[in-house]
Amino acid sequence: MAVQVTVKILRFDPEKDKKAHFETYEVEADPLDRILDVMNTIKWYKDGSLTFRRSCAHGVCGSDAMRINGRNRLACKVLVKDVGGDIGKKIQIEPMLGFKILRDLVVDMEPFFDKYKSVKPYLINYEPASASSERYQSAEDREIFDETTKCILCGACSGSCPPYWASSDFIGPAAIVQAHRFIFDSRDQGAAERLEILGQGEGVFRCRTVYNCTDACPRDIPITKAIEQIRRVMLYNRS
Amino acid sequence: MYHKYDAVVVGAGGAGMMAALQLVGKSNVAVISKLYPSRSHTGAAQGGICAALGNTEEDHWEWHMFDTVKGGDYLVDQDAAEVLARDAVERIIELEHMGLPFNRTPEGKIDQRRFGGHTRNYGEGPVRRACYAADRTGHMILQTLYQQGIKDNVTFYNEFHVMDLLVNNGRCVGVTAIDIKTGELHTFHSKAVIFATGGYGRAWKVTSNAHACSGDGMAVAYRAGIPLMDMEMYQFHPTGLYRIGILLSEAARGEGGILRNALGERFCERYAPTLKDLAPRDMVSRFISQEIAEGRGAGPDKDYVYLHVDHLGKEVIDSKLPDITDFARTYLHVEPYTEGVPIQPTAHYAMGGIPTDIDGRVIMDEKATPLPGFYAAGEVACVSVHGANRLGTNSLVDLVVFGRRAGQHALNYVQQTDWDTLPANHEERSNSLMSFVKSGSGGGRTENAADIRKELQDRMQAWVSVVRNEENLAKMMSKLAELRERYQKVRVSDTVTKFNTDRLEALELGCLIECAEATTKGALERRESRGAQYRTDYEKRDDVNFLAHTLAYRADNGSVKELRYKPVTITKFQPKERKY
Repeated sequence: MAVQVTVKILRFDPEKDKKAHFETYEVEADPLDRILDVMNTIKWYKDGSLTFRRSCAHGVCGSDAMRINGRNRLACKVLVKDVGGDIGKKIQIEPMLGFKILRDLVVDMEPFFDKYKSVKPYLINYEPASASSERYQSAEDREIFDETTKCILCGACSGSCPPYWASSDFIGPAAIVQAHRFIFDSRDQGAAERLEILGQGEGVFRCRTVYNCTDACPRDIPITKAIEQIRRVMLYNRS
Repeated sequence: MYHKYDAVVVGAGGAGMMAALQLVGKSNVAVISKLYPSRSHTGAAQGGICAALGNTEEDHWEWHMFDTVKGGDYLVDQDAAEVLARDAVERIIELEHMGLPFNRTPEGKIDQRRFGGHTRNYGEGPVRRACYAADRTGHMILQTLYQQGIKDNVTFYNEFHVMDLLVNNGRCVGVTAIDIKTGELHTFHSKAVIFATGGYGRAWKVTSNAHACSGDGMAVAYRAGIPLMDMEMYQFHPTGLYRIGILLSEAARGEGGILRNALGERFCERYAPTLKDLAPRDMVSRFISQEIAEGRGAGPDKDYVYLHVDHLGKEVIDSKLPDITDFARTYLHVEPYTEGVPIQPTAHYAMGGIPTDIDGRVIMDEKATPLPGFYAAGEVACVSVHGANRLGTNSLVDLVVFGRRAGQHALNYVQQTDWDTLPANHEERSNSLMSFVKSGSGGGRTENAADIRKELQDRMQAWVSVVRNEENLAKMMSKLAELRERYQKVRVSDTVTKFNTDRLEALELGCLIECAEATTKGALERRESRGAQYRTDYEKRDDVNFLAHTLAYRADNGSVKELRYKPVTITKFQPKERKY
């Protein structure tokens, strides 16, 4: 059952525009369509120049994080009916804050990935492992960092974080989540190196505990809690 | 822009990353990826990765090999299946050492669970062989390999779209690619090129595949004169979310989930008495199609069945199947704790692709003549370990086993080989493709790429999916000829050079059409039923005439020039009737 949907999208063409501006589109959509489907309908049938990233279309690749009605969401994980698009509410779409706009909804992810890389996001273990066997880990130890393994590096958390908007040097919640994933892995021996990085001025203590990141995460990672756990390890050397 | 590397890997999913990790530090290597590496479609794999570790019950790699051969309806090259099953064990251990957070047994070992078509003692009953990280195993493999890439300082060219394979003096000497951000063409001059670009599920309407899965690597190789092998063997996964095709892992059935029709019957029992819901995918997809065809589908249009996990309890669902139950809630507003989830078969995986040997070397004909310097691994390649039907988890095994082997062989090759020159006019084919999709509205350019793509997807879904016959396949061949013509008149409306995804989508569509035609032609000429190829007009497998791999060669206009056939390698297991 198709309905008429009104979508207002912030547009920016780096070759022509000095400033971003809104354009409004009226399209037919099914209430169960994803916002990404609606954007594809616009791109494919109304305006081929509308530019955004997308790939998996079901919330696991992290390409299409953007600001939908003022909140960072994956366009493929929000349905038209979730935001009342089917009952006449206007849907507003903008690029994430805290990132440089390259074109329309496409933002520059390079600084974001540089921060990610800075926390040494890989297992560090200085002891050689047996070639024929896995390193053992109890189910309980595995559970401790389960949540932070879910991160898809979409940037929705960092792009919703006021300190991240305010300081281009702040490492941001996504990088902290990635650090958490290793710091609390019983097989890892790099915690001290990472805590050193995270303990600096632009590390975990920049967080103001506003929970925007937790609210924005499309993978339901309790990000603020993860940041808090790292701070507790630094302050009290316990989790 | 010109770059020079010993080796260039195209694609940064599981196979590409695994290959790159063999080369980095020992040679000068770059990875080109259409997406940021962590966005690759490997990350969408859910249920598990099989290896005969025997952590929870007795298992042997020979059993895994046998299941792979039988699952593939004996179109599998058995030398390759042996490598897959043997190497899988070491690769899983290697992934764990890299940090992959597998679920654990009570003793702390890697936990293992059941998966479709994986059996103990040559088919006696299900075995626990799939290692897993909840239902996001592919995500964890992709993350772990990307993390190693960062650790080892791999050079990435992110958001680059591959355009052409460069061949000179009978050797592969590089690739060209567009930088999507700037719209500029880059030439990568190299001694070796490894394609790990994935599949082409977007040729169908209902698919589990990402928008990015448009057969780029296959089409680029095909245009350079490489045949595509066994393209008709395209897998439909039984449990895609109704209407949109998002994958619900076989792990749901591995953990005890069952399929029911509109009458509430557990219909798989009738078709596969031993393995029931855990029969291989080609079969379960056919069971579903038959239930629907005979009027036992659910819903107003009687066109889906239900996947039930409600009897497993919240605890099992939350700890073992959290993501897929979340998909049902998010996209269909269905609650898996208490009700069945509407599902239908979804276009999922190419068993076919660029033919290679067991070291990832691309071969050009039925005599297995290699093209020196050119490698392929993962879904884009056809080794062939999946034959006519891939078993669940074996795609991930394929990535790490053959991604690594391709990388190792390529390393050896670049260390022993001198540079060759680029061919004259090496940018010609790329530029002509670019100018083709660059044109504005002039010159009779009246066609919208989205219209052509939609028609391609609708018709492939109707005519070249789970159930096939001569009439529909012939109709698809005519339709493809028409779409190819219309594609020549495609109009790209976006005229901006930076981040022109309108142009990118038009280029991808060209790749999809060519892959679809190789698929349809192979299916039309294979007058038998085997694995994913089920023909109502030829219901039996025909080992006399078709125990062979199809090789499709391209004509200059993009159609299929000819089909040739390559013998299947049989070592341990003689073809038998396939019952479960």
